[in-house]
Amino acid sequence: MDGMKDVVLEYIREEYVDDEDDVELDENTPLISSGMVDSFSMVSLKTFLEMKYGIKLPDEEASPEAFDTVDSICALVRKHQG
Amino acid sequence: MTNIGSYEDRLKGFSWDVAKEALDWQEGELLNIGAICSDRVCARGRADQPALIWEGFGGKKKTYTFADLKVFSNAFAQQLRSLGVQPGERVCVFMDRIPALYISFLGVLKMGGIVQPLFSAFGDESLEVRLADAGTRAILTTQKHAKKVRAIRERLPELKHVIVVEGDPAKLKDGEVFFDFESAPRVEEFDVYPSGPETASVLHYTSGTTGQPKGAQHVHSSVLGQALTTQWVLDLRPGDVYWCTADPGWVTGTSYGIIGPWALGITQVVLDSGFMAARWYQFIQDNRVTVWYSAPTAIRSLMREGDETVKRFDLSSLRHLASVGEPLNAEAVVWSEKVFGLPFHDTFWQTETGAMMITNFPGMKIKPGSMGKPFPGITAAVLDLRTHEPIAEPGRVGLIAFRPGWPSIFRAYWNRPDLYRSKFVGAAEDAQPEALRNDTSLWYVSGDRASIDPDGYYWFVGRDDDVINTGGHLVGPFEVESALIEHDAIAEAAAVGKPDEVNMEVVKAFVTLNPGFEPTPELELQIMNFIRKRLSPLAMPQEIEYVDKLPKTRSGKILRRYLRAMEWGEDTGDLSTLEED
Repeated sequence: MDGMKDVVLEYIREEYVDDEDDVELDENTPLISSGMVDSFSMVSLKTFLEMKYGIKLPDEEASPEAFDTVDSICALVRKHQG
Repeated sequence: MTNIGSYEDRLKGFSWDVAKEALDWQEGELLNIGAICSDRVCARGRADQPALIWEGFGGKKKTYTFADLKVFSNAFAQQLRSLGVQPGERVCVFMDRIPALYISFLGVLKMGGIVQPLFSAFGDESLEVRLADAGTRAILTTQKHAKKVRAIRERLPELKHVIVVEGDPAKLKDGEVFFDFESAPRVEEFDVYPSGPETASVLHYTSGTTGQPKGAQHVHSSVLGQALTTQWVLDLRPGDVYWCTADPGWVTGTSYGIIGPWALGITQVVLDSGFMAARWYQFIQDNRVTVWYSAPTAIRSLMREGDETVKRFDLSSLRHLASVGEPLNAEAVVWSEKVFGLPFHDTFWQTETGAMMITNFPGMKIKPGSMGKPFPGITAAVLDLRTHEPIAEPGRVGLIAFRPGWPSIFRAYWNRPDLYRSKFVGAAEDAQPEALRNDTSLWYVSGDRASIDPDGYYWFVGRDDDVINTGGHLVGPFEVESALIEHDAIAEAAAVGKPDEVNMEVVKAFVTLNPGFEPTPELELQIMNFIRKRLSPLAMPQEIEYVDKLPKTRSGKILRRYLRAMEWGEDTGDLSTLEED
C-alpha cells in the first residue's frame, strides 16, 4: 500500500511541483482544490495511473474529489485493481 | 424589471450614446479605464463600497473597497512610472487570480501602459512567443511564476523589468524588483495618463489556425460597450454581488471580470482555487452572490456532480445566470432551471469583439441551446460560406459576421495589419484599420458558423477553421504541432479537436515517430507532459495516436480537417487532393 503512495507522490512531485516551490507534499495534500493540479492536467495523471497499474479508470469516477489527494487517488486505483 | 427592459424597444433608434448614459460619462471627461474603474467610482460616492472580495485556497479572504482600488492601483502605476516604463509600452500581468492581478491591471492603464494579461498556467514557450511578439517592456508576476520568466528572459531583449509582486523577496534573482502593493507607501493621488478614446488599453493574445497567436489590441473607449452590455445582459445594478469565474488571462476575465462591472461600481467576488463543485456552491452561499457569469465547461462539470450537492447549499441569493466561452448545450440550460430555479443565459462574443455580440437577454424567452439574438446596435448576419452574402432563409448554416462600428471592436492585431484586414470581408487591399473598423458596408467575420431560425435566434454550429475550442479557450493547432515536433521522438504532428463531454472538445495529436522510437504508452505520457509544461495544460493532447503517416494534400499540407472529421464522425469530404502513395 505504502509503495503505491510513494510512487504516486514521486510522480506528482516530479511532474507538478517545481524544485524551487516551497510545497510540502504528502498523501493528504490537496491537489485539485489547491490548484496544484488543474482539471486538464488530471488527464495526464490518470494516464499515468492507468499505465502504471494496468487498469482503466472510468471518466465518471475520475472526479476532482477522487483526485484531490494521493490517499483518495490510491483508494480509487485499489478499487479498480480488484 | 430588468435593466434592458424590452429588447424590441431598445432596438428602435438605438445609438451607442446610450452607453455613455449607462456610465453617466460626459464628453471631455477623462476616458481611462484604470481611473474609471477606481477613482471615478470613488468620486461618485462609492469609495467605501467593497470592490473586490477575494478568497483563496485554505480559508484566505480579503476585501478591498473602491478606495483601496484607487490607492493601490495608483501605487502600481507609480511604481511602473518610476522604473521608466512609458505610455504605450506593453506591461504583462502574469499571475494567478490574486488581488494584485486585478489591481495592477488598473495600475498599468492608469500610467498609460498597454496591459497584456496572460494565463498563468502558460508554460515558458507559450509565454515567450507572446512576450516576444508584443515587445513587452515589463512583466508583473509572482515568485511562483517568475521561474518561467527567468527561463526565457535572455531571449527577450525588450523585456527590461521583471517585477515580482508576491513571494519571498530574498528569492529574487538579479534584475528583478520586488513590489508588495499592500506594504508599499499609499499613493492617494496619481496623475493619471490622459488617454483618449483611441488610446490602446489591453492586448489579449488569441489563437488562430495558422501561425503563432496574435495580439488583439483594444482601446480605452471599449469600456462603453463593456459597461452597457454588463448593464443590459448581466443585469448588474448597485447592491449586486457579482461572480465572473473567468481568469483575466482571457478576455472574459477582463471585459467582464474587471472593466464592465467595476466601471459601474459593482462589487465583485473572486475565488482563486481549483474547481470543486461543493467549494463553488459554498462560495456563492457565503458571499450571497446574486449574478453569476460562468462557462459551459464549468456548468457541465457541476451537472456531472449531481443535484444532491446543490441541495446542500442555500443558493437563494442568485438572481441571474449567464454563460460564455463555447455553446451552452440545451441540457445545461434545462438543468440549471431545475436546480437553481434560473436558466443560464448563453452569450456569444470573442477576444476580437471585446464585448458581447449575440446574447440571451434577461427577461427574454430562452430557447435552450440557442445563442440568443444580437445585442442592440449590433448588425449581425450569417454569410454564405462561398459568396459571403447574407443568408436570408432560416436554418441555413453560414459564417457569423457583424457590421463594423461597435465601440469595443479590436483596433489591430499587433503588428499584423494584413491579418487584421483579412477579417473584414469586402475590404480593399490597401484599407487602413481605422477605415475597416468603421466601414459599415463590410462584414467582420468571426470564424464561427451558425444558422438563424425564423424567430431570429442564432444557433451555433461550430468553428469555420481548425482552431480548437477546449473548455472555452482557443488553442491553435499550429502552436501545438510546432511544440510537438520539438520532442525528440516526433517526426510530424497534427493537432485537432476531438469531442469531449465536459470541455466540448479537447486536443488530440496524431504523430509519426522518428526512427529508433517505439509507440509505447510511456512515450505517450511523456509527450503529454512535454506539451503541458511547454505550452499549457489546455494545449496538452489528451490523446496521442501514433500513425505511420499523416494525410496530406499533394502540396504537402497536413489535412487536419480530414482528421478532425474522422474524430467527430463527420463526412471527410473530397479526398481527391490527398497525397498519393
